[in-house]
Amino acid sequence: MPDPFTRGAPADGSRETQAPAAAQAVPEVHFAPPATALRAQDNERRKESVPPVMELRDVSVSYGDFKAVRDTNLPIDHNRITAMIGPSGCGKSTILRALNRMNDLIPGARVSGTVTYHGQDIYAAGVDPIQVRRHIGMVFQKPNPFPKSIYDNIAYGLRINGIKGKLDDQVEQALTGAALWDEVKDKLKTSAFALSGGQQQRLCIARAIAVQPEVILMDEPCSALDPISTAKIEDLMRELAKIYTIVIVTHNMQQAARVSHSTAFFTAEVDDRQVRYGRLIEFDETDRIFTNPSDERTEAYVTGRFG
Amino acid sequence: MTTTVPPAERADAGPPSLRPSGLAPRRRIINRVAQVLITLALVVAVVPLAWVTIAVLARGFQILSWQFLTEDIPNSYRRHGPGMAPAIVGTFLITGMAALMAVPLGVFGAIYLNEYGKQKPLAQVIRTMADVMTGVPSIVMGLFIYTVVVVVTGEKTGFAGSLALACLMLPIVIRSSEEILRLVPDDLRQASLALGARQWRTILTVVLPAAISGITSGALLAIARAAGETAPLVATIGITFAVNPNLFSGQNTALPAQIFRNASQPFEGAQERAWGAALTLVVIVFVFTVLARVVVSRFAIKER
Repeated sequence: MPDPFTRGAPADGSRETQAPAAAQAVPEVHFAPPATALRAQDNERRKESVPPVMELRDVSVSYGDFKAVRDTNLPIDHNRITAMIGPSGCGKSTILRALNRMNDLIPGARVSGTVTYHGQDIYAAGVDPIQVRRHIGMVFQKPNPFPKSIYDNIAYGLRINGIKGKLDDQVEQALTGAALWDEVKDKLKTSAFALSGGQQQRLCIARAIAVQPEVILMDEPCSALDPISTAKIEDLMRELAKIYTIVIVTHNMQQAARVSHSTAFFTAEVDDRQVRYGRLIEFDETDRIFTNPSDERTEAYVTGRFG
Repeated sequence: MTTTVPPAERADAGPPSLRPSGLAPRRRIINRVAQVLITLALVVAVVPLAWVTIAVLARGFQILSWQFLTEDIPNSYRRHGPGMAPAIVGTFLITGMAALMAVPLGVFGAIYLNEYGKQKPLAQVIRTMADVMTGVPSIVMGLFIYTVVVVVTGEKTGFAGSLALACLMLPIVIRSSEEILRLVPDDLRQASLALGARQWRTILTVVLPAAISGITSGALLAIARAAGETAPLVATIGITFAVNPNLFSGQNTALPAQIFRNASQPFEGAQERAWGAALTLVVIVFVFTVLARVVVSRFAIKER
């Protein structure tokens, strides 16, 4: 896509104006009090004082020799929903998976730059990816419950975290948290596969929150669901954002506009050697991204004039 | 010829025919011919199977009796009458011991190949070796064990036969289990890992349960094949006419070996016993297959 309006490093520029002090000085470990009732209405209120939970600095992800996403700088703020939008192949899922080291599972995938979680580099030597994933959970595009009962799907995460004995309370809590309890409370012992797609996805969310992560990554969680199930999950996300920090990748711009507080727009570009790669173009409050974006490419995409 | 004509241009005003006669004759004939050929192929495939089954049942039942199952083998091929107990005991013990060695080892091997080794050179080598071993004739396994075990210990034993059968089963178990593990969706592994589970835990609590029915049927296939193997046993276990429950000492015998020995005698009594042994073997394999199916369906989580 030819772009006559290229400014010097637009992604970086636009971001730094948004997150000034926070980006520079990240204290070693900072545990913000959970559930500091940040509601959707609080969109405009930017927590200047609280450093981001996670931050990407100059993050590039390569698959073998191919640098798929380049130089991403992005803060993930506490108790907010951060959406990543952009066309296919722009690297938003790749960046999402870099946040809890799921890229480790892909042979040849390599992450450069730094991804910090409470100021600690999660790719540093000596960091256990298992520990990272216990704090940063994930919900996948396709509902992927285990071939176990509904109860065992939730209990699994608790058991691997060393919680023994009766788990009924925690299971109920997690299912209630995922707005699924009323629908399944009478059939906890039946297979998770007996649930509808939307219920399965909420089960996966319940499974993720049962282990009480701080951040939940969602990779197009509604793309396989019908509009009613999607609406339920979106309501759920708004509820969850009171307690958790959520990062969501979505192809559905309306969804990003509906649920997220801030939005990152990625796109695919072609470098000098004719290689397509993904990059972050703009990161801002969701309202601004959709009403008054500072980059022309963002505007073209959100208004549907893209490609 | 029926051709596609837009409805408006069709000559007759009536609704289009939905009966088969509305089709072009050529298509109807080809359809008929294909149906007949497919049915014929099925019949041709089933005939030998049914024939074998009927023959074994008819001839075997003539001699099968409680005595046949419980009495020792007459030590003269000329003599008529039962029994086959030493071979039945031998088959259970030898095949069971072989399964005990080959199935866990094979499943672990498959887990290494599919979950850890993947495309690493070592995994590739093992995979190729397993493929080659699957194609090795069973007599070669028998002779191998004969030279490295029987000659060294100086004794033919049931255990030597178990080793030979285990060698035979191992590559089958490895390859069939690996295929099944490959069918377990990666989504499940990722879901587990994303919850903070370690890889061994993911394999043990998510991957294996999802694959257990397939692995079991693969292992069963290997056991069934081993139970019917003759050549490696003839070379390694020797012969006995009385029950020998000790796999590690003394010669032993098994049903396939008895079928082979007795069927190749010119005496009617021996041939009768061969048919009886054949029927016993078929029934044992059949019962085990059915049992395994039942067990597997109990294991498998209900879809609804």
